[in-house]
Amino acid sequence: METTLVENLPQVTWVGSLIKAVLILAVISAIAGFGTFIERKVLAFMQRRLGPMHVGPYGLLQLIADGIKLFTKEDIVPQNANKLIFMVAPAITAATAFVALSAVPVFPDFTIPEFIPLLGGIFVPSIASDLNIGILFVLGMMAAGLYGPLLAGMSQANKWGIIGAARTAIQFLSYEVVTGLSILAPIMLVGSLSFVDFNNAQSGGIGSWLIWQQPVAFVLFLIAGFAETNRTPFDLLEHEAEVVSGYATEYSGMRWGMFFIGEYANMITISIIAAIVFLGGYSEGGLGWLTIILKVGFFFFLMLWVRAAWPHVRPDQLMWLCWKVLMPIAVINVVITGIVMMV
Amino acid sequence: MGLEQFKNRNVGTQNYKMLDLGETPKSGWCQFKQVVKRTFKGELIVGLWVTFREMINALFRGQMHTVKYPFEKLPISPRYRAIHDMLRLLESGHYRCIGCGLCEKICISNCITMDTRYDENQRKEVSEYTINFGRCIFCGYCAEVCPELAIVHGPRYENASEQRASFSLFEDMLTPIDKLNLQQEYDGFGAVSPNADDNIKPTPLAY
Ligand code: SF4
Ligand code: SF4
Repeated sequence: METTLVENLPQVTWVGSLIKAVLILAVISAIAGFGTFIERKVLAFMQRRLGPMHVGPYGLLQLIADGIKLFTKEDIVPQNANKLIFMVAPAITAATAFVALSAVPVFPDFTIPEFIPLLGGIFVPSIASDLNIGILFVLGMMAAGLYGPLLAGMSQANKWGIIGAARTAIQFLSYEVVTGLSILAPIMLVGSLSFVDFNNAQSGGIGSWLIWQQPVAFVLFLIAGFAETNRTPFDLLEHEAEVVSGYATEYSGMRWGMFFIGEYANMITISIIAAIVFLGGYSEGGLGWLTIILKVGFFFFLMLWVRAAWPHVRPDQLMWLCWKVLMPIAVINVVITGIVMMV
Repeated sequence: MGLEQFKNRNVGTQNYKMLDLGETPKSGWCQFKQVVKRTFKGELIVGLWVTFREMINALFRGQMHTVKYPFEKLPISPRYRAIHDMLRLLESGHYRCIGCGLCEKICISNCITMDTRYDENQRKEVSEYTINFGRCIFCGYCAEVCPELAIVHGPRYENASEQRASFSLFEDMLTPIDKLNLQQEYDGFGAVSPNADDNIKPTPLAY
């Protein structure tokens, strides 16, 4: 796939970027919705159930039924809530999740065929905006996404919401350090913050994947990624058994749906980052994009799998884990990487 | 064994068995060692493997546990006490009930109402027979006391309806005359399920 090298690319026009942005919005929303279906199915199979079965073949159209339900449900704003913030908070989660996706390579680049009127011949890039600090931008955006739960929990005048918001803050304080430090070591090795450079640095087949050089960083990044996306061992913000639904207690209808879509978009983003940074990205062999879909699919499956298998931790355990265990390991990893690079 | 052991309320003097919980780490170094040991013990991986194995079992070895209820039904035990059935005599097709009134008498929630009269042959016939299923507690006494095996508990456990009266008339409970050959005898309260042998498992002796 030499086309992904920057010098071979046709000019990216703003129309191309726009088309790409619309594509990401449409497709990732659909995939996020489909992800809920996959999640329910996988969890069901792991518990020896069938999962959704009745809407469409094997329950495939459940997604549409859920969408209709979410869109048509009454949008309730509690009386004592801070209405503006309450209404804006879900948009923050969803928006930041998609903004983060704009700097990640999501689909292959292609040129719209000439015979299509108006848009023919326009080049659509694989990354909506190819920043040279891609990783930094994506991680920053995903971190900013936690303002969604934080503000939502604080604005809704509900005790569970407040607890959820407090836990959001705890989680935020805990994992952010680990994410940054764990991904620092691969960044040092590659010497760039751009996803394209990461991809090119590992284009030499499986042997050149960064996971072999940085297994510790990989594990740390996965753990932090689970915390970042509120997935199960760290789903403190909305754990039903403890805080009803945490920050999402008072939400209904589409506002709740936006949190949901944001969470799934974040899962996809983390999967893509992990696949590109540690598992070789998208352009080895002739298979190209199929391999990255497989890798992303694996990480997505891993998140569901872990949810089926593991219990979740307490907030204090999360802080203990992140500050006392993971952060020192990450620092040591960075130092050792530095020493090895110098020698 | 006397009762002394149980009457002794002095907590701490009894014979408690201590479980082996391992050592509680005393110093920071011991704590650290414990964390490292637990990290590399691989119990989390075992957990992952267990759920994955269940998924394989469910998908490929036919161990899926879901019963799609309205479409599939599990067989119920012959002892099950659902909505009553009134049975007919197999030879003549006449209903078995002789109007003795024992079931009405024994019903502990007083929900059987019946009336009898002489018909033109001077035989006793049942003119009224209803069970108020709003009150019935499905205790099964009526079926047990019936000398003719006339009132029995049938297999109709799906008794959601607009009103309970839909089940409670004599005609509703009576076996339809054209289905007489399908009429099932009630095995009674001591009956074992037909698949009882399959349900027996060897006692696990490995405790
Ligand atoms: S099952 Fe019990 S409560 Fe119901 S009608 Fe028979 S005797 Fe009465
Ligand atoms: S006990 Fe049996 S025979 Fe007697 S009245 Fe009741 S149903 Fe009829």
